[in-house]
Amino acid sequence: MSIDITQFHQTFFEESFEGLDIMESGLLDLDIGAVDNDTINAIFRAAHSIKGGSATFGFTNIATFTHAMETLLDEIRDGHRSVSTEIVEVLLQSVDCLRDMITAQRDEEEPDGERITQLQQALDGLLGKENEDSEDDSLGGSQNKHDDGAPREWDISFTPHPHLLKTGNDPALLFRELESLGTLTTEVDLTGLPPLSEMDPEECYLSWKLKLSGSGVSEENIKEVFEWVEDDCDLVIKEIAPATATEEKPPREIPSNKKPIAKSVSKKSLTPESSSIRVSIDKVDTLINMVGELVITQSMMGNLDGDFEDFDHARLEQLREGLSLLERNIRELQESVMRIRMLPISFIFSRFPRMVHDLSQQLGKQINFEMSGEQTELDKTVMEKIGDPLVHLVRNSIDHGIETPEIRKQAGKPEAGSVNLNAYHKGGNIVIEISDDGAGLNKDRILSKALEKGLIEEGCQLSDEKIFELLFQPGFSTAETVSDISGRGVGMDVVRRNIRGLGGNIDIASKEGQGTTFTIRLPLTLAILDGQLVRIGNETYIIPLISIVESLLIAPENVNSIASTSEVYKLREEYIPIIRTHGLFGTTSDAEDLEDGLLVVIEGDGQKVGLFVDELLGQQQVVIKSLETNYQRVAGISGATILGDGTVALILDVEGIIGMSRKPGNGRNQHLEKAVA
Amino acid sequence: MASILAVDDSESMRQMVSFALKNAGHTVVEAVDGQDALAQAKTNKVNLVITDVNMPRMDGISLIRELRNLPDYKFTPILMLTTESTAEKKQQGKEAGATGWLVKPFNPDQLISTINKVLG
Repeated sequence: MSIDITQFHQTFFEESFEGLDIMESGLLDLDIGAVDNDTINAIFRAAHSIKGGSATFGFTNIATFTHAMETLLDEIRDGHRSVSTEIVEVLLQSVDCLRDMITAQRDEEEPDGERITQLQQALDGLLGKENEDSEDDSLGGSQNKHDDGAPREWDISFTPHPHLLKTGNDPALLFRELESLGTLTTEVDLTGLPPLSEMDPEECYLSWKLKLSGSGVSEENIKEVFEWVEDDCDLVIKEIAPATATEEKPPREIPSNKKPIAKSVSKKSLTPESSSIRVSIDKVDTLINMVGELVITQSMMGNLDGDFEDFDHARLEQLREGLSLLERNIRELQESVMRIRMLPISFIFSRFPRMVHDLSQQLGKQINFEMSGEQTELDKTVMEKIGDPLVHLVRNSIDHGIETPEIRKQAGKPEAGSVNLNAYHKGGNIVIEISDDGAGLNKDRILSKALEKGLIEEGCQLSDEKIFELLFQPGFSTAETVSDISGRGVGMDVVRRNIRGLGGNIDIASKEGQGTTFTIRLPLTLAILDGQLVRIGNETYIIPLISIVESLLIAPENVNSIASTSEVYKLREEYIPIIRTHGLFGTTSDAEDLEDGLLVVIEGDGQKVGLFVDELLGQQQVVIKSLETNYQRVAGISGATILGDGTVALILDVEGIIGMSRKPGNGRNQHLEKAVA
Repeated sequence: MASILAVDDSESMRQMVSFALKNAGHTVVEAVDGQDALAQAKTNKVNLVITDVNMPRMDGISLIRELRNLPDYKFTPILMLTTESTAEKKQQGKEAGATGWLVKPFNPDQLISTINKVLG
């Protein structure tokens, strides 16, 4: 009936990672000098649980490592040791190390042995370890077992203290256990029994003389039976007739016994982290409710069934009502299902306090880091992809934004700079703001840098917005020295590309001397898109609604040709390249002349282009299907969807199309960029 | 078969304990900390309590003390499930009224044989 405990490993890993997060944020919160009991207890408990679990599930190295951390934390908790920066640092590193160890265990990889040894030594050093392996005897097992099978006989005198029963122990059960060792005879001593009138039925007044004989029964075996009640009784164990020549041992107090437990767990292969999410029960409940509603609607519609010959007006009304109900149900169901994929953004926010702590130490800056809106929910895929850009931006704020304490003091600011990370929902989007009260962006420096890099020309007048925009140009970096913190070759251009890849955007607002705010807007989910359906020839395409600026009838007098290969449209004071979409995909359109079709002005990558289409169809939410997984990547197409009539419609990749239109050799617009700029 | 209250703040331990007990034919009620356990114990009279020691909100020792104050749990076996193999913790547990203990790490078989010791 042995149970395969590997089935609980995944849970253990998950809860351990959670525990590590708790430890990390707790350690970062620890106020050196004035240690808060709740915090230290929470850290201790997390370490303790990881140790207990890892030992149980047979991850000995993790258990040993955590044991050292736990011991250190225990000493702090008991007030035997005060918290120092050094201790916090070592513990933080240990948390990292432990996280790696657990990850390695989960992925069945080898952990970094050297690092573990190093940290183990650092921990031992802090503990001033004079070899306290008190715990290890719990693994040692009991000493002298007489397992030679020779018959032995024991005299046991067992006098329970009156309160024994109130500990939930029962002498009869103890005897039953003794019986499993050999032949037991019991003799009860009633002399302690008071007169009935004075008797408390909850107390134990009896005592016993026991004789136990059995082959290979050792004193240890007997003591083990009485282990739990050793302090609740008087116990004398004597060997009557030692079968061998061993000396008779004098009866003595039973030492506190450690259970001999050695564990080995078969290392069954666990599949590497399957992508799973924890879903709160109320989300599931909502879903079930929705399905319930759907069933009700279905049965309502079912009533309409029957003879369609005389489908009268009243029933038509009923049908229409049912359909609209159905539509609502399905929309709600869809939203609920989507919500399952949504996780609170705290999943990524939680790594920042640690990072800020490390960075500020490294740079000698003082930072007050604050987060808000951690409970804002975001699609899991978006979440996974937004982490790195956020890290980059927060690093930037600390590295380039916040000044050193001296400079801040001179500027009349508080020595500690503040960096805020804030998330909230706004109009179907998630907004994430990273703001600091640092030096702000230095426009002159950006401009001179841009000149140097040849991104702009001498003497051009740019608005603030356009100047900040330069930061996102590839290869741009304003820091005088490229530190190992921000200057990792990943520039703001990559940050923006990643964010755009998620269908979002990023803006900068900055005031010199007062600070900078980066604002990221992201769609709630990547799985569904609000789309504008357009027709070009026989094909239906979908343009993400978010990128459409406007749609217009083409006035021929506003069309200009450039170098006879490309066309631009004069829209108010702007010139917008016209892209004949069918030309891009090698299809045909109904409208050959521009005035027969429509121009849909789209914006992406900071540039506007006009897509020439035959007709605007409806707007609807579409479920995005990957083209790559089902077919292959096609330039200018970001995905596909299935329309109500069963046909497949391609979703246009706005940035991609704009990129294609720019490329020389693609026929058209190499001159246009200048015209637009 | 017995109804057993399994108390542990660690989900993996709770899962394992409860799986092992159910596998052995017992009914299991789970609780995530002392307070939760106390509430569960009051609504559901169980035959045995198995509790972790270190837990948030209310630890195992306090839970044992509270349970022993309830008339229903005066004589109910209560086992501590603990990594603390130090005499001190056991002593505290015993003083609070624990029946016995099981030291982590343990495997499901050890758990079952231990609870069989206290289930009459």
